[in-house]
Amino acid sequence: MWGFLGGQAMFPAAFDYLAPTTLGEALDILAERGDDAKVMAGGQSLIPLLKLRFAQPALVLDIGRLPKLNVVSRHDGRLIIGALVRHVDVERDRTLADNAPIMAEAAHWIADPLVRNRGTLVGSVCHADPAGDWGAVMLALNAELVAKSKAGERVIAAAEFFKDPFTTALKPNEIVTEIRIPIPPGQAGGAYNKLERKVGDFATVAVAVQVEMNGRKVTRAGIGLTSVGPTNIKATEAEKALAGQELTDETIREAARLAASAADPKDDIRGSAAYKKDVVRVFVQRGLHTALGRAQEKRT
Amino acid sequence: MSATMHMHGGIGESIKRKEDARFLRGKGNYIDDLTLPSMLHMAILRSPHAHARIKSVDTSAAGSMPGVIAVVTGELMAQHKLAWMPTLSYDTQAVLATDKVRFQGQEVAAVIAETKYQAEDARDAIVVDYEILPAVTSPEGAKAAGAPLIRDEKEGQKDNHIYHWESGDKAKTQAAFANAAKVVRLHTFYPRCHPAPLETCGCVADVNPATGKATIYMTSQAPHAIRTVFALVTGLPEQNIRVISPDIGGGFGNKVPVYPGYVVATAASLLIGRPVKWIEDRSENLISTGFARDYHMTGDLAVDANGKMTALRVHLDSDNGAFFSDAQPSKFKAGLFHIVTGSYDIPTAHITADGYYTNKAPGGVAYRCSFRVTEASYLIERLVTNAALELGLDQAEFRMNNFVKPEQFPYTSATGWIYDSGDYPKAMNVALEKLGYDELRKDVEARRKKGEVTGIGIASFTEVVGAGHGADFDILGLRMFDSAELRVHPTGKALLRMGTKSQGQGHETTFAQIVAEELGIPASDVAVEEGDTDTAPYGLGTYASRSTPVAGAATAMVSRKLRDKARMIAAHLLEAADEDLEWERGKFYVKGSPDRAKTIQEIAFAAYTNLPEGMEAGLEGVHYYDPPNMTYPFGTYAVVVDVDKGTGQVKVRRMVAVDDCGVRINPMIVEGQIHGGLTEGFGIAFMELITFDSEGNCIGSNFMDYLLPTAWETPKFEIGETVTPSPHHPLGAKGVGESATVGSPAAYVNAVIDALSPYGITNIDMPVTSDKVWAALRSKGVTE
Repeated sequence: MWGFLGGQAMFPAAFDYLAPTTLGEALDILAERGDDAKVMAGGQSLIPLLKLRFAQPALVLDIGRLPKLNVVSRHDGRLIIGALVRHVDVERDRTLADNAPIMAEAAHWIADPLVRNRGTLVGSVCHADPAGDWGAVMLALNAELVAKSKAGERVIAAAEFFKDPFTTALKPNEIVTEIRIPIPPGQAGGAYNKLERKVGDFATVAVAVQVEMNGRKVTRAGIGLTSVGPTNIKATEAEKALAGQELTDETIREAARLAASAADPKDDIRGSAAYKKDVVRVFVQRGLHTALGRAQEKRT
Repeated sequence: MSATMHMHGGIGESIKRKEDARFLRGKGNYIDDLTLPSMLHMAILRSPHAHARIKSVDTSAAGSMPGVIAVVTGELMAQHKLAWMPTLSYDTQAVLATDKVRFQGQEVAAVIAETKYQAEDARDAIVVDYEILPAVTSPEGAKAAGAPLIRDEKEGQKDNHIYHWESGDKAKTQAAFANAAKVVRLHTFYPRCHPAPLETCGCVADVNPATGKATIYMTSQAPHAIRTVFALVTGLPEQNIRVISPDIGGGFGNKVPVYPGYVVATAASLLIGRPVKWIEDRSENLISTGFARDYHMTGDLAVDANGKMTALRVHLDSDNGAFFSDAQPSKFKAGLFHIVTGSYDIPTAHITADGYYTNKAPGGVAYRCSFRVTEASYLIERLVTNAALELGLDQAEFRMNNFVKPEQFPYTSATGWIYDSGDYPKAMNVALEKLGYDELRKDVEARRKKGEVTGIGIASFTEVVGAGHGADFDILGLRMFDSAELRVHPTGKALLRMGTKSQGQGHETTFAQIVAEELGIPASDVAVEEGDTDTAPYGLGTYASRSTPVAGAATAMVSRKLRDKARMIAAHLLEAADEDLEWERGKFYVKGSPDRAKTIQEIAFAAYTNLPEGMEAGLEGVHYYDPPNMTYPFGTYAVVVDVDKGTGQVKVRRMVAVDDCGVRINPMIVEGQIHGGLTEGFGIAFMELITFDSEGNCIGSNFMDYLLPTAWETPKFEIGETVTPSPHHPLGAKGVGESATVGSPAAYVNAVIDALSPYGITNIDMPVTSDKVWAALRSKGVTE
């Protein structure tokens, strides 16, 4: 598998590598060896960890050859994104562009084109890096993850999925086969604002905002935060404060204040905790203004 | 210019780079492309601690792992008297640690194995027992009472102080300050950054057990100097050492020093009798090899009532890391820092400098910089802008009023530098005109009224490059000349060999163009070779923008020597007297009879076939050029920025760069060098940083933390030029590789400070990151 990387020197610790061609086979393998295995889709997070020996799994289970998982579809009022849909596919998909335009906007911000060409949305969500972009978007959109194992299938709400840094509600014997996103019934708009130090960098702070409107009133607001806590954070209080309200400078300012207090960042090389909280505030304000404009645009 | 002349490739022609055909096709030949029969691989175990005593090193498990040939420890190196090596700054540096580790990433042991995987697996099996010691991470910490003594192995070393050094006139400067109408002070830290060449360092050491010949393929900007240093350190006879630098993927100063890895790989090859390859990974390069800057500077500028600068006083504390191994050849402890009066006619200056050991990587290389001129240029240009802002003067006008005037050249600076040539007002005017400065200034005021945060920054730097004359420079006694050997073949094609070593600068093209100009052989017919010490003439290498000033001069001189001989051959062929011949690029003809001519190709053939009676055959020669003075490139850079009040993000809206590097040999290559330097300057100003936590852990050990700008965030550059030839260089050229890295950081930061000046903000140290700008704005109550 090193061939396509151009024979560059990469020196992970030894591991087994399996690439099953059916989901059943993959789930059988995980049933047996899930505890010591890492599931790999696009490999854009896992391979760097292997190379640096930060991750030393006994088995890398490559699901890249499983059939029918690279599809975006629309079913039963939901958008369905398969486990092998890559960031670049999200950027370009018409169904997503029409029904959840925030996704294309967020996809542009992910790493660089090289990573976007190989990395997958579902893989990134399952990697559960608190600095990952998709987690915040999934939280803002109230997405659900479908996890399969030999024991069957269960559906996990995004809000229940992220537990700790790089830790999710997923069991070692499970594979997330798809993510489902409810399609907003009426006018809706979203925005993804990201502060990064340079292109390809993880976010210093990013904020996903989605509003669904009925006339001038917000029926549902979704706000997801990136890089300001141990996981991607759903700013629930801010979301609640907006429900049923008109988006005015005042309600927006209050929501921004609540979202900033939901953030729990740490001081680090990217900036102080106070800085990051304030950028959350600024981005929620900007995001809500943009989202409002987009929701209104859509009406006309 | 006619089409034929364009094909010739003489001076001033932007011909395409000859070397690019192989680079663009992926056919370059870098160290890691090299595989020799029976070659082994080396992996280095490095210290996880910044400061710790080594209690034991257990290699038993590692030594018995599959494929492992040897595990080399400091103890083993000590048995061969190679545990320590001398540095270019007359200190010593550990090759493999024996007593203590003194920085995170220091070399502790090495594994030699059949494959790189096996070497890395076994490296992880070496067990080192450390007693962790408190770490010193700044000069302030180094001089604190009770600070841990880092260099306890050095006889007579009682503290962490390395040197004290002064330049200029203390008394005269004090007097000038006493009479100053205004004194402006700037305290600023030029942080540690790293050259980060895309190709890391490495070598293949091949010591032949039968012949004793050591061939070392190495990423070196200075292969000849390395050979001599190796001979002195190892005691091997110099004729038995051959250093070959193949294609190099960027150096920027990082590939000047001798690193422990080279020494261990060579020793291992000598002991084992098989070739040993060592290639750093990215983190190893960033945490252990030559860093740059790390200067804490305080500058005071005295100004009289008429806005004339009257004196400059600077103190700096230098953070040199665990070993004083600044890779710089000057006789001055702080390199060329005392060029700090810059482009200004300041009557007197006084500089004091103190160097300190810290528990950080050693190295102090000149990252695209002529030995600390970057720090000097940054300080004076920041200080001048701050002084203008504080005095309520226009930044450009204040500079203009204080420039060294064109008629003052050659100009002797307050610290004794003799500037060769310059026209600073001219470069400034070209830059301001390009920028539309007067209109922009009004636009800035209008935008500020609307609540926007925006500003303009200017820097008018003076560089000092082309090291250098023997009075001020040497490397372990070796004078800083450089060389060119030119051999013209019978068919009129030529081979030019040089003591320099390109790392991407385009030597194969630029130096061929000098031959094309001076001897008339088209540049495409001149092959340029560098980097093999068995074939190239001795030279001191490529760094500090010295190749064109020194080796370029050598190329011109050797070409002229050959032209003199060619004249005699032509005279013989034309049956004329030498003095009756006229030279026109590419041929000699008889005065008044242009038809009676011999081309250089005909003359070359005759040099091997039809010589004047008694003349030695061939057309070949060598020249060693010892520069009489440095060259002093200069320019004015101007930057416009917009600041986001909500996030603190800075966006560079305009970047205008006007450079004067004297005569431009290949303008396209010069512009490429300037673009590269402006990009690196942008990176240094806004994102590049090697920093450490209080325990001495290096933050910035990979490209996710050590940020290099990409095309995405790099601004568009608008470049311009003026040409003021160097009077002492045979071609009038000055060297340009580093001007933009030296001059641009202050321009970028000055723009930010100008933007923030309405709020009373006077300084933000580099890198000017959004969180720092946000904090500065919030501290003044500015918010979105």
